[in-house]
Amino acid sequence: MAEPVDAAPQAGESELEAHLETKRMIVNLGPSHPAMHGTVRMRVELEGETIVRADPEIGFLHRGFQKSCENVTWTQCLPYTDRLNYVSALMNNFGFLNAVEKLIGLEIPERAKFIRVIGSELHRMADHLTCVGAVALELGGFSAFLYAIEARELLVDRVTELTGARLTTTFGRVGGLNRDLPDGWVDKVLKSLDKIALLRDEVDALLTKNRIFVDRMKGTGVIAAEDALDYGFTGPCLRACGVNYDVRKAHPYWIYPALDFDVPLGRNGDNFDRYIVRIEELKQCDRMVRQALSLLPPGPVILDDWRIVLPPKPEVYGTIEGVMAHFKLIMEGIQVPAGEVYDCTEAANGELGWYLVSDGGGRPYKVHVRSPGFAILAGVPRMIEGRMLADLIPTFDTINMIGGEVEQ
Amino acid sequence: MSVFALDRIAQKFPDALAHRYTDRGGGAWGVVKPGALREVMSQLKNDPELEFKLFLSADAVDRLQLPDPAPRFEVVYLLRSLKRGEVAQLKVRVPEEAPELPSVTPIFQGANWWERFIWDFYGIRFAGHPDLRRILLYEEFKGHPLRKDYRLRDRQPLVPERPLRDIFRGPGTSGAA
Repeated sequence: MAEPVDAAPQAGESELEAHLETKRMIVNLGPSHPAMHGTVRMRVELEGETIVRADPEIGFLHRGFQKSCENVTWTQCLPYTDRLNYVSALMNNFGFLNAVEKLIGLEIPERAKFIRVIGSELHRMADHLTCVGAVALELGGFSAFLYAIEARELLVDRVTELTGARLTTTFGRVGGLNRDLPDGWVDKVLKSLDKIALLRDEVDALLTKNRIFVDRMKGTGVIAAEDALDYGFTGPCLRACGVNYDVRKAHPYWIYPALDFDVPLGRNGDNFDRYIVRIEELKQCDRMVRQALSLLPPGPVILDDWRIVLPPKPEVYGTIEGVMAHFKLIMEGIQVPAGEVYDCTEAANGELGWYLVSDGGGRPYKVHVRSPGFAILAGVPRMIEGRMLADLIPTFDTINMIGGEVEQ
Repeated sequence: MSVFALDRIAQKFPDALAHRYTDRGGGAWGVVKPGALREVMSQLKNDPELEFKLFLSADAVDRLQLPDPAPRFEVVYLLRSLKRGEVAQLKVRVPEEAPELPSVTPIFQGANWWERFIWDFYGIRFAGHPDLRRILLYEEFKGHPLRKDYRLRDRQPLVPERPLRDIFRGPGTSGAA
């Protein structure tokens, strides 16, 4: 282990210029370290400042997501899905509901599809802004971070008005949504989008041509497209390698086929490309939300089927059928037909997949979540081994690992 | 989803697939025999007609409480082909007495952590895995918590927990005990 690497001064070197004797050293980054988002421990083997081996150790945030889901009804799983990616909870909620609906074989109302897309895209913006802000923060650009977080707060405020919660939204129900948009919300969103566009451009202007920032980001944390696929990268991290894969385009769901948007691609698969892909995606999200808001059709937001959806309150209090339907749904849960299904949606960090198994009862038999961050974190050693320790920080930022979804 | 891929596998390796069926979402599944797993996987990845290069995930199902519980475990593999725009859904049945499969990590790097996950939570070993440690739980943990006979409330804190009243979770399949 402790082999001296660079020993005595070589010929022609004076004592002052001589290489320092270095030994291979093991450094633990985390689990509580300002640069480790969430609680992840990185066991890094260093030779001088070069990383020889890195081994991410995860699980400090494990909460038994799957086991918990297997012991509650399908609807009661919803709050657990919030806590997977707590930066963009709506996308987890809707992704899970979409998979359950596929398993039952439901088609949700048109308006609900629109609102799901609007909610998802707002939260995608929040996620990307948080990521970009965190990169800037950890590379020393505190003001860019504040602009990004100011923009994110606007989004969080709109989401709060929609769902009643800042982060753990638990929004949507099997068969649609639990409530419609609040009055005047559309105008507020449009105003917020204008403000967010200004803040986003400010962040862009502060960072994208900033010499210090670019020097830290360009050419660091590189991964080739072939390797990225092999590790299972999806989302912005895969698109930064130039691979054109976006679930919204490849397997369109909800109303994405009706929206006009581009999929930004990178070229080099390095930190800078991952950053710039996110900035470009922010612009696309803005476009999508505006289009969806302008096309928003009237109508119900949830199905009218009491085997799946809770009856309206006057029916529950006024009719025996309503009471019974309510009682059955609360006590036994939605009776999902026995079977299995794999379904995926595009979350902020990539393909969020669900493999669900039902035994025909009111509780899931198996809830497998394919969290995008899990695969990406597994690929981090490939991206940083042989590089400088300082490269680890932006790499860890731009992959945007979220402890909740990786560690379930 | 990918009927084409399964047809091609069946054509190349006539003995590899034990069973084929379609799930509730219309997705095609292939049940692969454990002995043929590696060659099927590398065929899916390297066949220029298929190119299932994106490793999505792998997980297991404990079938203990299903109507037909033998063999006990199923390991599920999901691959995606960007060329064909399809998902390949494969599963391998693993008996309780010999919970071991050949590892596919030499073929897909992405399988590394998912195989560790399956070992951690279901206790299925992967022969030829480079580093088969627990991934989310700690090495001192006893048992494999996603097995259906692991009770929900069997807590094993590494550090003693503060004396808080446990929250009762209702009449779940394994919570009442």
